[in-house]
Amino acid sequence: MANLTINGKQIEIDVEADTPLLWAIRENVGLTGTKYGCGIAQCGACTVHIDGVAMRSCGISVGDAAGKQITTIEGLAGNGAPHKVQLAWIANDVPQCGYCQSGMIMAVAALLKEKPKPTDADIDGAITNICRCGTFQQVREAIHAAANA
Amino acid sequence: MPQRTREGIIMNRHAMPKLNRRAFVVGTATVGAGLALGLDLPFGGPTVVRAADGSPEVNAWVVIRPDDTVVIRIARSEMGQGTLTGLAQLVAEELECDWSKVTTEYPTPGQSVARKRAWGDFSTGGSRGIRASQEYVRKGGATARMMLIQAAANEWNVPVAECTAASSVITHTPSGKTTTYGKVVEAAARLEPPAEVKLKDPKDWKIAGKGLKRLDTPDKTTGKMIYGIDVKLPGMLNAAIKDCPVFGGKLKSFDEAKVANMKGVKKVVRVGDTAVAVVADTWWHAKTALDALPVVWDEGENAKVTSASIANWLAEGLEDAQPAYLGNQNGDAKAAIASAARKVEAVYNYPYQNHAAMEPLNATVLYTADKCEVWCGTQNGEAAFAATLEASGLTADKCEVHKQMLGGGFGRRGQTDYIRQAVAIARQMPGTPIKLLWSREEDMAHGMYHPVTQCKLTGAFDADNNLTALRIRLSGQSILFALRPAALENGKDPAAFQGLNAQGEAAIGYTVPNLLVEHSMRNPHVPPGFWRGVNVNHNAIYLECFMDELANEVGQDPLEFRRKLMTRHPKHLAVLNAVAEKIGWGKPPPKDVYRGIAQHMGYGSYVAGAAEISVTDGNKIKVHRIVAATDPGYAVNPAQIERQVAGSFVYGLSGLFYGGCTVKDGRIVESNFDTYNSMRISEMPKVESIVMPSGGFWGGVGEPTICVAGPAVLNAYFAATGKRIRSVPLKDQNITFA
Repeated sequence: MANLTINGKQIEIDVEADTPLLWAIRENVGLTGTKYGCGIAQCGACTVHIDGVAMRSCGISVGDAAGKQITTIEGLAGNGAPHKVQLAWIANDVPQCGYCQSGMIMAVAALLKEKPKPTDADIDGAITNICRCGTFQQVREAIHAAANA
Repeated sequence: MPQRTREGIIMNRHAMPKLNRRAFVVGTATVGAGLALGLDLPFGGPTVVRAADGSPEVNAWVVIRPDDTVVIRIARSEMGQGTLTGLAQLVAEELECDWSKVTTEYPTPGQSVARKRAWGDFSTGGSRGIRASQEYVRKGGATARMMLIQAAANEWNVPVAECTAASSVITHTPSGKTTTYGKVVEAAARLEPPAEVKLKDPKDWKIAGKGLKRLDTPDKTTGKMIYGIDVKLPGMLNAAIKDCPVFGGKLKSFDEAKVANMKGVKKVVRVGDTAVAVVADTWWHAKTALDALPVVWDEGENAKVTSASIANWLAEGLEDAQPAYLGNQNGDAKAAIASAARKVEAVYNYPYQNHAAMEPLNATVLYTADKCEVWCGTQNGEAAFAATLEASGLTADKCEVHKQMLGGGFGRRGQTDYIRQAVAIARQMPGTPIKLLWSREEDMAHGMYHPVTQCKLTGAFDADNNLTALRIRLSGQSILFALRPAALENGKDPAAFQGLNAQGEAAIGYTVPNLLVEHSMRNPHVPPGFWRGVNVNHNAIYLECFMDELANEVGQDPLEFRRKLMTRHPKHLAVLNAVAEKIGWGKPPPKDVYRGIAQHMGYGSYVAGAAEISVTDGNKIKVHRIVAATDPGYAVNPAQIERQVAGSFVYGLSGLFYGGCTVKDGRIVESNFDTYNSMRISEMPKVESIVMPSGGFWGGVGEPTICVAGPAVLNAYFAATGKRIRSVPLKDQNITFA
């Protein structure tokens, strides 16, 4: 059994402590917005916030995540209002297939929290998610748009 | 589809049978024949067909609800390329409906078969999504509009010629009376469709031709969009699979007892002759047990094959003595080369590539004795349906495929291997829904890879430095041989010559007095597949880098050298000129920046690219900027075309720099994104797209431009360093992104 705090809610799930957080979120909690892409913390599709920091949930065990504040894409919008990154994503028509975008948006939201007006170099350093559709040009535009929103 | 995700998958599943469809029993053979029938698409009729919520179809493409919501049916699959939105724009344009009230849904392949292929072809590949269905979907929209207007005219008892429609409102011009589509749709659905419809001239488009926003974006920003991997069914179990790592090898044995007591494990099953799967309560448990499962493979003869042995075999195919298929020929290239004043020869190669779509392959199946239902992302609903019939042994009336959003396709999800596997597992556990998900490692090990090829090119000049002959000899793998043998022409794979043909939708853009293009077909055991761009990826590098070599040989500017050979190919030339002008060709580039240029044709579209790069330490490339031009004939959504162009460069340049699948001991070495890397945002050049539709033809968009980024960058690298790169991927040459 494990106790997780996800999107502000305490959730008890029957899962081994060494289970990757990604799979506990997807299969035991049932939130499927967080995506599996590689399982080795390379692609970033599974990015969530842990105590406000963007982390790849496939590389963290449930045991290590217990007691921390976990935010998934489903919990990014506060009080029903979309997050400014989500609004910028819609306004700039960023997603193509969209599969990597949950992780991309979570990574960007964490970046903007740390650096509200990131430079292109800040973006290059902080956003390392893989997108096989190649939405990077729109991602960059939307990050700047969100920063200026 | 927004509707689909909001209502959830279970709703969707139970809603489908409500559709007014006749009792229907056919066998696999009949379905096969059905799929081969020509298009005879019904556009409405006196019998009203109703959607799941009871709203009437005006015809198969258009459902209108009483509140004026317009549901447009889309048969092709959305995988990020924007076809869903583009096709809806074309229907809406002719329908004259209010775009803000448009939503879309997928008809299922089972419904389509039951209705004599009411929606035509579902296949979404070859950049055909829009160009191959634009005419009949526009007719679907136009027919519906005429029936709606007729219904209003009947109600008002006025001549139909006095009525017009705009933005879902019908107006009787003389009286000023108005009504809406939602109010007359019940009557319209009962009318006979008009025998003749006239489609709009694209110059009059108001919805199509505009860079409208995609219809499927909001749910992709909140985690609500349901992909195949996200499907949930009551009582569902999860399966992880391992197929023999050596292609062509077999499963010998496995020791189920070693994992049977591991947490969550329900069953270990053989899948066909080659694979084993663990079924468990969660996928994580299934994968953990599969990793612990002792498996013995019968790897067979192919286990001796390596990349080097394949390369040696392909190199042999470059020799004249070896047989080759003729692709394109004029004059006598061999004689012209033999008598040339000077000649240039070079050998290039291009490796295997994995599609590596972000969403690993998966399918969910519920099999019972009299029903087999599949939920999956697929680029071809009808192929998925046929695979379901075959793998389940059930008839068409007992099968259904529910298409989900694709987390990328790039050609890989046009194949059905993963669906067949999932059905084979589910058949061993009747009544229990099974979700089969491949690990990324399995996805890398069992791709349908971009084929491996080599190419020897020879150019000949006369004493005045005029190009008198060009010989292009390809050696390598045929996709059609492996996947569509019926498309071979007396053994020849016509697709191998993509972009090098004398004419047609993939024609060479140069006139050379003596030309010879051949293909020595060599098919290693590694399964090939259609990888975004397909054969233009390597053919464009071969031809366009070699054109640069030829220009350099005679000391001419690469652009001017090409222009002289392109006078009879005005559309090829127009896109080349467009990128040359925009990048500032002929004017000095910024300090330490070098330029390269390339053009090609594929999928009916003309494309060109010009790159600006800088090089550090001889091996670190920064791609600053790529200008790309495309002439697809008609541009249904220019904003989405720009995104496809920029996105295709990420896919193509990832393959050029980081890709390449190595064969060792008969299997693929690269196992995940740590060894098969993909470009990141820091490596992304600024892409400036020029969308320049010249009209009169319909070309594709998703694939053609991908092929010009590679040669443009490689030619710029030569300009920067004087070194010619003829082998892909660049990581094997110790060259990387700066």
